[in-house]
Amino acid sequence: MDILKQILDPAARADPYRFFGALRESPVALQDDGTYLVSTYREIVALLHDPRISSDRRNLDSAAPYEPDLHPSFIGLDPPEHDRLRRLAMRHFGPPHAPETVERLRPKMLALTTSLIDALAGRNRADLVEEVAYPLPVAVICALLGVPEEDEPRFHALADEVVETLGPGEEDRAERERAREAASMELSRYLAGLAEARGREPRDDMLSGLMTYRGPEGGMTQDEVVSTAVLLLIAGHETTINLIANGMLTFLRRPELLERLRAEPDLIIPAVEELLRYEPPVQFVSSRVALDDITIGGTTIPAGAPVVLAMAAGSRDPGHVAHPDEFDLDRPRNEHLGFGGGVHYCFGAPLARTEAQIVLNELIRRLDNPRLAADPPPYRPSAVLRGPRHLVVEYDGVAPA
Amino acid sequence: MRVVVDLTRCQGYGQCVFLAPDVFTMRDEALLYDLQPAAEHREHVLRAAAACPVQAIHLDRTALPMPPPGAQEPRSAASGGDGRIVIVGASLAGARAAEVLRREGFTGSLTMIGDERREPYDRPPLSKQVLTGQVPPEHTLLPRLREVDAELLFGTPATGLDVAGKRVLLADGREIGFDRVLLATGTRARPWPDAAEGALHGVYTLRDARDAAELRQALAAGPRRVLILGAGFTGSEIASVCRELDLPVTVVERGPAPLFNAMGGVIGDVAARLQRDHGVDLRCGTTVTALESDGNGRLRGARLSDGSTVEADVAVVALGSVRNVEWLRDSGLAAGVWGVTCDAGCRAVDLNGLVTDDVFVAGDIARFPHPLYEYQFMSLEHWGNAVAQAEIAAHNMVSDQAHRWPHLSVPVFWSSQFGVNIKSVGVPTFADQVVFTQGSPEQGRFVAVYGYQGRITAAVTFDQAMWLEFYQRQIERAAPFPPDFRHVGGGVDGEPVPARVPERLVAAAGATVVVTGHDPAERRASLVHPH
Repeated sequence: MDILKQILDPAARADPYRFFGALRESPVALQDDGTYLVSTYREIVALLHDPRISSDRRNLDSAAPYEPDLHPSFIGLDPPEHDRLRRLAMRHFGPPHAPETVERLRPKMLALTTSLIDALAGRNRADLVEEVAYPLPVAVICALLGVPEEDEPRFHALADEVVETLGPGEEDRAERERAREAASMELSRYLAGLAEARGREPRDDMLSGLMTYRGPEGGMTQDEVVSTAVLLLIAGHETTINLIANGMLTFLRRPELLERLRAEPDLIIPAVEELLRYEPPVQFVSSRVALDDITIGGTTIPAGAPVVLAMAAGSRDPGHVAHPDEFDLDRPRNEHLGFGGGVHYCFGAPLARTEAQIVLNELIRRLDNPRLAADPPPYRPSAVLRGPRHLVVEYDGVAPA
Repeated sequence: MRVVVDLTRCQGYGQCVFLAPDVFTMRDEALLYDLQPAAEHREHVLRAAAACPVQAIHLDRTALPMPPPGAQEPRSAASGGDGRIVIVGASLAGARAAEVLRREGFTGSLTMIGDERREPYDRPPLSKQVLTGQVPPEHTLLPRLREVDAELLFGTPATGLDVAGKRVLLADGREIGFDRVLLATGTRARPWPDAAEGALHGVYTLRDARDAAELRQALAAGPRRVLILGAGFTGSEIASVCRELDLPVTVVERGPAPLFNAMGGVIGDVAARLQRDHGVDLRCGTTVTALESDGNGRLRGARLSDGSTVEADVAVVALGSVRNVEWLRDSGLAAGVWGVTCDAGCRAVDLNGLVTDDVFVAGDIARFPHPLYEYQFMSLEHWGNAVAQAEIAAHNMVSDQAHRWPHLSVPVFWSSQFGVNIKSVGVPTFADQVVFTQGSPEQGRFVAVYGYQGRITAAVTFDQAMWLEFYQRQIERAAPFPPDFRHVGGGVDGEPVPARVPERLVAAAGATVVVTGHDPAERRASLVHPH
């Protein structure tokens, strides 16, 4: 059994890190299914910046014979198309045109966090995933996009389905892609209805902006708006939740760390960066394809081959960081792969960072004597977007906001 | 609190702008920022610095959370040593070298000598944020990355170097003894050759903070027209600021295009279009023959080589720089208008071509042989080179022969003008052909790859900085030119066109040098012979 299979096995979910040392011994390793798995920091960074690597699955040698009905979102496209759509989306989210979007959401994030933690009072036990880590990012992404929060039950299951059918690996890929396609289609139909409504009566939200903006580069078609919205809704849903849950898990396992963070709230800034390195919510980037033969790390990846970047292994590469398997708050110049790199660098990174910093600090500050009810906690099935399904903690009380 | 961004490393991810929008601003990929943000922004700046994907934001060490007692910072294998080290020149290279010496464990006495009275400051903002008024000129001090515990002799220029007697002579008559010395006195603006015309009220040069303050004042007063002599990087950046301030501006350039000396005619033409699209009156292939007075000691305008005249009440002489090496005239070192010659380990060479043991050079005045470019001696007036060379020089000053590092970094240069982030890697003038691989000049975003005799020697990007790192590796490996691989971003490349670079000595082709290794300690050049 090759290492990739072992990592994908649900039994490995609580600690995939023990496999990464063996993985890094061959920085670029051909797996049984034809995938090239890249696991060392420098090689991953090199490929993230390599124009011979495509994010468009239609470039696979073994591309599925059917044409997807959905317009791919920019995460699955290459420049120049990717750049155009990302620029159009960024116009309503960040610099250069809307640099203050995330900062302006800060009070709302804090208010939401406060009410979620208030609700933990009067008992001694809570599931931090269900009650804090999940609801906050969902509320924020809904507010940002302009999706009614009361529709959450409708798209939650669909978003989960899309995520659970992500790779890596080529086995039963066609089947997984069909399942993903179906869930994505349904999400698309839902968001298309919303987009149309926002196009007719724009509000102050991203969907309205995407539907109505027309500039020198034109604007987005409705299909483009919908695929962008599907992407942002899912990504805003399924990643930050893991960053928050992995964070609390990491802190609760290290009482001395919890003490330091409680004493110095500024330390949450390096702590979240170290979390992104040490327990990254996105463990693999599994959607890349070689457009040409690429010789790297002593191996030649042939044109048309699928490439998987083992980000979590790269961020713990001893060739890149000292004592990589330790959580160290005082790392100088912490460069990690938590949000990827190159032109596909995580679109929502500032949102995730800000949410995680606020929520984790409030939980640390307000929970009295918190401890894990189960270690390891149960994990969600996906090896790619990895995080606890539940994080049950016991505590002695909740301090006032 | 002080901030400096290493724009050599910056790739335009913009995370800092999201997290500290009052301190960092961006236009496409061109980043401008406040180097000394107010205390109320401290937390925002901390978040921005932590979030930078390439860790390009440097802050005062004192601004960062303190590690707990007992936490050891990593030390290099350098012996450190003691004794007396003197650094002559207190700008970027000198300041960085002092910090590296302490990082490498040097415990002896350290003296820094500078001709300006100010602490070391950052110069690139002077032609950008400072001229627009976004940042006051006194707000450009470089952050202190660590305590250097040095004797600071600022405002006291050095006037001589006695290599045999191991002394630096100062203008005030003092003599400072040393065991090892670092020469990092940098450059000054090349003055207008006619001293009387150059002294007219309204004629400026731009090199130091005081120049920037004066020029900022002149621009803020709303001149009728600004005349810029020279369309190199400094002249082009000042022209960009003038247009941003909505001031009429005429740029006179001797060469066929702006940036021609740095990047050749192909990109020069793109830069010319950029200037004209932004309303610059650009005149190439032309020189100023005289600056004219109004009779009261004020500038009235200029006469040009084509017989025309320009009326302007402000003129900026941006005709390159002069190296500050006069003080080395009697030192016996190979120092002249070309700079101070040194080996790849930054050790100065004497007039006979012999390498000295305890005199080191870094920054704009250093002229060193580069293996990737046929061991041609080059001096690079780039921010990134000052930092990289200061690191190498400082490390070698406190290391024995077996542990010295070569300065092998591929040159990287950047500029912000007319809202565009221009970056280059390699030596673009070392080329015979250019090809556009991603984007196009028409889109205003592109990668241009330069080749010389069938190998890649440089790349230039306009708002496409994320791809530069790939081409840097291609340069280090002497990869074939034109690139013949399938890639994202446009599919088929155009045909390579003649690079139209300034003439230089063309050496015969032979063995190729490649550079391998990542950290300074492991970087090496090796020869690859053709089969």
